[in-house]
Amino acid sequence: MIVNGEELNFTNNITVSELLDKLNVNEETVVVEVDLEIINKDDYKIKKLSSTSKVEIIRYVGGG
Amino acid sequence: MDELVIANKKIKSRFFIGTGKFSSNKIVPDIIKSSEAQVITVALRRIDIHATESKDNILNYINKDCILVANTSGARNAEEAIRLAHLAKATGCGNWVKIEVISDSKYLLPDNYETLKATETLVKEGFVVLPYISPDLMDAKRLVGAGASAVMPLGAPIGTNRGLKTKELLKIIIDEIDIPVVVDAGIGKPSHAAEAMEMGADAVLANTALATAENPVLIAEAFKLAVQAGRKAFLSKPGIGKELASASSPLTGFLR
Amino acid sequence: MTFYDVVQIFKDFDYDSFFKGITDMQIEKIIAKDKLDKFDFLALLSPTAEKHIEEMAQKAHNISLKYFGKNVLIYTPMYVANYCENKCVYCGYNCTNDINRKVLSLDEVEKEAKAVHDMGFRHVILLTGESRKYSPVSYIKDCVKILNKYFSSICLEIYSLKKEEYEELVKAGADSLTMYQETYNEELYSKVHLGGPKKNYRYRLETPERACEAGVYSVGLGPLYGLYDWRQEAFLGGLHGAYIQKKFSGVDVNFSVPRIRPHAGSFNDLHEIDEKTVVQILLALKLFIPRSGTNITTRECSEMRNNLIPLGVTKMSAGVSTEVGGHTQENPGEKQFDTSDKRSLEEVREAITSKGYFPVMKDWEPMVS
Repeated sequence: MIVNGEELNFTNNITVSELLDKLNVNEETVVVEVDLEIINKDDYKIKKLSSTSKVEIIRYVGGG
Repeated sequence: MDELVIANKKIKSRFFIGTGKFSSNKIVPDIIKSSEAQVITVALRRIDIHATESKDNILNYINKDCILVANTSGARNAEEAIRLAHLAKATGCGNWVKIEVISDSKYLLPDNYETLKATETLVKEGFVVLPYISPDLMDAKRLVGAGASAVMPLGAPIGTNRGLKTKELLKIIIDEIDIPVVVDAGIGKPSHAAEAMEMGADAVLANTALATAENPVLIAEAFKLAVQAGRKAFLSKPGIGKELASASSPLTGFLR
Repeated sequence: MTFYDVVQIFKDFDYDSFFKGITDMQIEKIIAKDKLDKFDFLALLSPTAEKHIEEMAQKAHNISLKYFGKNVLIYTPMYVANYCENKCVYCGYNCTNDINRKVLSLDEVEKEAKAVHDMGFRHVILLTGESRKYSPVSYIKDCVKILNKYFSSICLEIYSLKKEEYEELVKAGADSLTMYQETYNEELYSKVHLGGPKKNYRYRLETPERACEAGVYSVGLGPLYGLYDWRQEAFLGGLHGAYIQKKFSGVDVNFSVPRIRPHAGSFNDLHEIDEKTVVQILLALKLFIPRSGTNITTRECSEMRNNLIPLGVTKMSAGVSTEVGGHTQENPGEKQFDTSDKRSLEEVREAITSKGYFPVMKDWEPMVS
């Protein structure tokens, strides 16, 4: 699947929660978008990803 | 009481700050403290999945009674700005958004048309929208009509620190627009901020000026004082410098 | 929200107190300012400001040069009907007055239009009394269609209409509106308008807004000076213009300072104003709304009109008859008022030129075919 523009390999049907865990990312600090759809934090544990998924993991930075 | 109110919220400081371009997030709390700024803009970016320091969260450096404004910087059109606004909302940090739509990478001048489109949509969705624009009066009026909570016309292109190059147009917008006018971009020195406030701006936003100063914390304090001074100057309605009258034949002699 | 809401704000305003507090220094400051607020404007209408008329005139002169250059537009009124259902105590058309009532047939309108066109005019004001029987909107629309053939700008100075009716007339070719409020004082208004549809103060007050919503691009405003305290009337008149300009930023705002003139019927409780006051009002309006036009009618005498030109006059009438069909009819309908300046078009043009200004006959081209 594609995560933040990069092609990465993970087990099929991995959940968002598991993906973030694998990448060592704190769930609380990010927003996740899968195939242009923003995923509710409550659904991280149930949303499954596939090999065609395009994932964006976004956080706040200094700016503006 | 001289209060600044945006979207029904009383704002304690007329100095807004951006948090970009700083050497590190660690300096942000000190900047906020010395500037006494309450409205703080932040941006949204992809995390770098390989770098651990990107896990550092700027929100940890901004205290809870600040008003967080998500900037849609990076958006090149209305659609992207709207998407970024949605992402910002999903973080649960409030619904204030500064619309910054730039497809001009040379000068970083905003696209007023796309900004208006994004404003129309996001206002309907319930966001508090502060659009960043080139100072065009008709566009500002349209944004008011679309429900923007303030307008943010630029003083000079982003990052140039050149001051109020668009002064004449800013004056017109300040005079004609009834919602708060926040002069944003180009504010390079505290004196620029004072000048904008003296002209009647409701608030001023600075970012680059703070980040590029040798002593950001000290200049943040200077900005705070400059904005306060400028506001008081505006409220005191200073005397007008008189033009030298040019000798001219009398026009009302016929009345005598 | 309409201008009526603005008038309410000033209903109990203590004008006397305000004027007492105005100093010469304040007036000097105001004259030097770029942008005046409404209280600056009111200060310029004060007794204190009277001493500063020359400085006000110099500033108004310069402002007008900046925005209008040396152009003075010339127009003429065309009265097509003087039947009226109203009982306005100050007007010759008052329905209780026994005067020569006339409404021109469409043929007569065309004849009149041709004559006025041949005289050289291209901007006209179309005037009627208020009679939905003798000069209904359909009639006015037909008149506009005829005038459209001969003139490039048609200004309506008729009774108050609904927005849809103005839309019809705009579609037919009318582009401007003149609507004198007569008096902004609601109480007095009911005393001088004793009967007829015009008795409705609020409806009349809100007329310019309806016309602007209907697509009119230029409005002429003003009270009829002589009915009430001129400072209050001028103040509200100025605010009215500012309100229209803000609400309809594409509309041109013009002010007139019509003074009561001798007419059939009588109204005796007059607050007449003199020439100096006319000047003070015009100058204060110009300083308050620099982008406003200044219209001087033939209620003023020729010498006064000539002297006003450098003070920022942007339009003047000429060759005026206030009789119905006065340019062609052998038995024209009774005039609305006695004109003071009876000069012909050529004479007025010469007067403008002699002041170093440029008389303009046409300043608009209609988009309606």
